[in-house]
Amino acid sequence: MNDTTDPKIKIEARGVDVFYGEAQALHGIDLDVNANQVTALIGPSGCGKSTFLRCINRMNDVIDGCRVNGNIAIDGQDIYSSDIDVVELRARVGMVFQKPNPFPKSIYDNVAYGPRIHGLSQSREQLDHIVESSLKRAGLWAEVSDRLSASGTSLSGGQQQRLCIARAIAVSPDVVLMDEPCSALDPIATAVIEELMEELRKDYTIVIVTHSMQQAARISQRTAYFHLGNVVEHGATQQIFTNPKNQQTEAYISGKIG
Amino acid sequence: MSASSLFLCLVGLGLFSFFFGRRRIHKLASGAHGVSQKQHSRDVYHASFLVICATFIPIVLLVVWTGVSPLVIDALLESFLKARANTASLGELNVMIAKTKAYYAGSISAAFIDDTIAEATTYYADLVARSLQARSLAVLLLAIAGAGLGVRKIALRFTARHSVERVAQWIMLVASAIAVLTTVGIVLSLIFETIRFFATVSVSEFLFGLHWSPQIAIREDQAGGSGSFGAIPLFAGTLMITLIAMVVAVPIGLMSAVYLSEYASPRLRGVAKPGIEMLAGIPTVVYGFFAALVVAPFLRDGGADIGLTLSSESALAAGLVMGIMIIPFISSLSDDVINAVPQTLRDGAAALGATHSETIKQVVLPAALPGIVSAILLAISRAIGETMIVVMAAGVAANLTANPFESVTTVTVQIVMLLVGDQEFDSAKTLAAFALGLVLFFITLALNILALYVVNKYREQYD
Amino acid sequence: MTEFSQTDARKAQLAKRYRAETRFKAFGIGAICTAGLILLFLMGSILISSLPAFTQHYVTLDIEISERHIDTQNLADSDWRGLARASLRAQFPDVQGRRDKRALGKLLSLGASDDVRDYVLANPSSLGTSVRLPVTFSDDIDLLLKGVIDRELPENERVVSNQDLAWLDQLVAEGRISRKFATKIFTNGDSREPELAGLRGALVGTLWTLLVTLLASFPLGVMAAIYLEEIAPKNRLTRIIEVNINNLAAVPSIVFGLLGLAVFINFFGMPRSAPLVGGLVLALMTLPRIIIPTRAAFAAIPPSIREAAMGVGASRLQVIMHHVLPLAMPGILTGTIIGLAQAAGETAPLLMIGMMAFIVDVPTDVTAKATVLPAQIYMWANNPERAFMARTSAGIVVLLSLLLLVNATAIYFRKRFEKRW
Repeated sequence: MNDTTDPKIKIEARGVDVFYGEAQALHGIDLDVNANQVTALIGPSGCGKSTFLRCINRMNDVIDGCRVNGNIAIDGQDIYSSDIDVVELRARVGMVFQKPNPFPKSIYDNVAYGPRIHGLSQSREQLDHIVESSLKRAGLWAEVSDRLSASGTSLSGGQQQRLCIARAIAVSPDVVLMDEPCSALDPIATAVIEELMEELRKDYTIVIVTHSMQQAARISQRTAYFHLGNVVEHGATQQIFTNPKNQQTEAYISGKIG
Repeated sequence: MSASSLFLCLVGLGLFSFFFGRRRIHKLASGAHGVSQKQHSRDVYHASFLVICATFIPIVLLVVWTGVSPLVIDALLESFLKARANTASLGELNVMIAKTKAYYAGSISAAFIDDTIAEATTYYADLVARSLQARSLAVLLLAIAGAGLGVRKIALRFTARHSVERVAQWIMLVASAIAVLTTVGIVLSLIFETIRFFATVSVSEFLFGLHWSPQIAIREDQAGGSGSFGAIPLFAGTLMITLIAMVVAVPIGLMSAVYLSEYASPRLRGVAKPGIEMLAGIPTVVYGFFAALVVAPFLRDGGADIGLTLSSESALAAGLVMGIMIIPFISSLSDDVINAVPQTLRDGAAALGATHSETIKQVVLPAALPGIVSAILLAISRAIGETMIVVMAAGVAANLTANPFESVTTVTVQIVMLLVGDQEFDSAKTLAAFALGLVLFFITLALNILALYVVNKYREQYD
Repeated sequence: MTEFSQTDARKAQLAKRYRAETRFKAFGIGAICTAGLILLFLMGSILISSLPAFTQHYVTLDIEISERHIDTQNLADSDWRGLARASLRAQFPDVQGRRDKRALGKLLSLGASDDVRDYVLANPSSLGTSVRLPVTFSDDIDLLLKGVIDRELPENERVVSNQDLAWLDQLVAEGRISRKFATKIFTNGDSREPELAGLRGALVGTLWTLLVTLLASFPLGVMAAIYLEEIAPKNRLTRIIEVNINNLAAVPSIVFGLLGLAVFINFFGMPRSAPLVGGLVLALMTLPRIIIPTRAAFAAIPPSIREAAMGVGASRLQVIMHHVLPLAMPGILTGTIIGLAQAAGETAPLLMIGMMAFIVDVPTDVTAKATVLPAQIYMWANNPERAFMARTSAGIVVLLSLLLLVNATAIYFRKRFEKRW
């Protein structure tokens, strides 16, 4: 692996329980996420991996009847404590969704939206610069530089997803959460996004939920295997895929359960 | 025979055919025991086939004859009277026709009629009686002939189900064509009368004239009513009341839809949504009463207290109450389009750190905008066509004013005023109502089509 | 970034954004409250102003049913009015002079004679005896007793004279005045006298009209919906029909009235003011409002049901009749009931075809002259007498209760039979 030794811990989850109404979706999750690495969350459908991801930027707050117990700390600070502002938190923890969801606005406005609401730019030039650099980092600039005023929804699915990535990194977050970002894309678009993630992890901490084990193996440094709302196993990706310690993990990896 | 007894006859014949047909196919089937042939359609289809043969064409004939024969008889009576009375005046002729019919119906006594009318009445009575006789004969003959032909077709391998289903499909096609026929009927009847209206008043005068006072035009010496049919004050009044209504309805309707679909707890939504929809279920005559007898006096007295002079039929009262009527319309349509905005867009904005109201104002509402614009267009169309509120609360006199405290009149008010009560059907006054109706129809149609266009053109495809 | 450090500038900006949030939310709450208050005010003002119409004051008179006033051979045409007035005069023996006697008689409603006649016709044995009977007061006296007319006003500003007041006070002192539920509002037809005017004619007229509407629009609407949703090929023609139906639903109701006037009355010569024509006009209006929900009900039935039926060899019409239609029936009925409720509240098109005439008799069939509930309300609202305002409000209360009942039935249907696929 190309990890530096003793990586810094960015996100620290301890004993996280999540309830939807009466139903418990997560049972006491303990998980560390290293900075500047890609951490993949894998597991069968309904195992709670997306739910956990949405805890990290408190997107679960939006859902009626959802309750979160336990601690999640980013850089040592509990994000569920009362002095944390959820709006500020989400500016630091960006998210890319399963289905590309560009706003029905121009490409430029899509990327500029975050910087605008957070007041990150003082001038038009600065905003232009943020938009350009974000699109460049998302690898989309070459394709759209001549039509920034076209609607974001006019792009192809893969381009839309990269636009959403550009939109997320335009507010310069520390962490980018990705919820199965390639599940709605074709293989070529998927390959482009996977390359992009390798590039992005230099600046950001990335947590990705994926149902594709190959993808997890290709892109991530660490992997956590979720099953029925528990983290069954969690460690370096290579170890998980070649030498899983837990029988359930092995069964899943080898395709016996799915 | 009267139409209803003839119809009862047909119903009886239909019932008989049903049971007869069923017996017949049953017999054929049991007679064919041992033969390898299998019955194609079930008994009930053979029976229904016979019923259709026996009754369908006669019923159509009965309806058509009943509808058309009065027209034919009237035309015959008119030419009869024309020949007898040697009069060219259409008015006189119409009076004579009316007298003849009234005498025939027994609603005027013999003292009021002369010989010509008496002769015409005999002629008329003869025509009516013969028409009735011929109708009964034709209908019954057709029914029996149809039944006879149908019976001969019934056989084991006869595809009765196909025939019955084909007829059923045709009937359903006709049923859906009724809607089209209604539109055609509306357009034709309005255009027909409007053309007659424009024979006396010019189009440009009607559309651009500034003076409206149809009452003067019924005087004999002013047959054309020149200068009295300028509809601009009506259009202006309609526009002002609609505008006031929109100023009330759009903010309240839109904001309550936003609050209910984005913020409200399910419990509040469960109470508030039906409450607002209750406003939609209230008949317009109730709003009219509320506007005329509660709101208008309230505004007038309140205005007097602060030194404003309000007419008791002010545009403001009618507009305010019309706005109240439109609130649920805007709020429920907006609610639908706001709910149609996919949750992923909201999540996308929230994940960037937008507050809830920023998400709504900058993402949800822009995404829903085509739907909201179309809802507002439909609401305007609704307000323009609304009748009872303005009939009861707005004025009758056509003032051309921009002051909402004064009384104005609207297109719909004038249609009602021109047509309510006894009227001759040929005066420019009544015909003007149809011209106004045509304008109303096309404006509302245009708004509806525009609303549809806005939604289709600017809607984002979310899947 | 190692922690959630906040500069002062960003803190201020965040506070501003939250203030905007609060403001926006307040607008929303304000809008809802405004709508709610309007609804309350509207309902409240109508309910309150309707209350006087539901009770009626009576004066109990000692009536001597003797041959002096009535003709025992011809009870129906006797001078019941004279008898009622004479009985009232008997309470005030010192009232002399034609004018005063007339004024005294005017305290009673024109309907007082009916009170006496109906009693005697129902109790023939009372002939020749003396009975104590409550008879109806006139509308102005009734309003005064209810406090709607202020007796403190100067005499020339109220419709009841000082002398009337004196007489009344005497009757009150003798305990002859009673207040009862006004049954006449449900049992009488229309009348020029507010205290006698009732809704029975309008209610029956509404029933006849809606019957015609239902019979014409329900079969046509359901058949059209079946054709468009289940049978029709998706081609230009059906597309035109669909657009047409949607547009028809948005045509102003008064235009349907013009259609009815031009086609049904002037062209086909159907009778004016008749429930037949009113019902047909409303049927054309209701048609799209039945077709649209019916189609939605069909569309909500999953294709697997149709495939299953076709799989066992049912023809297309059999699939529709045996499976689709029964399953869609709750939705169709709900749509129809709501459409009919809308039709029941419609006034404007009926004004065009003359269903707002003053009609005292209760209509007996669909070609008789009739009026409907909303048109009756409109006519009463135009009457200048003060008591008609309460009458009008009462009419509205009855209309709204009916509509509420009908809509509640529709909601019950939907809840009871609703299926989620």
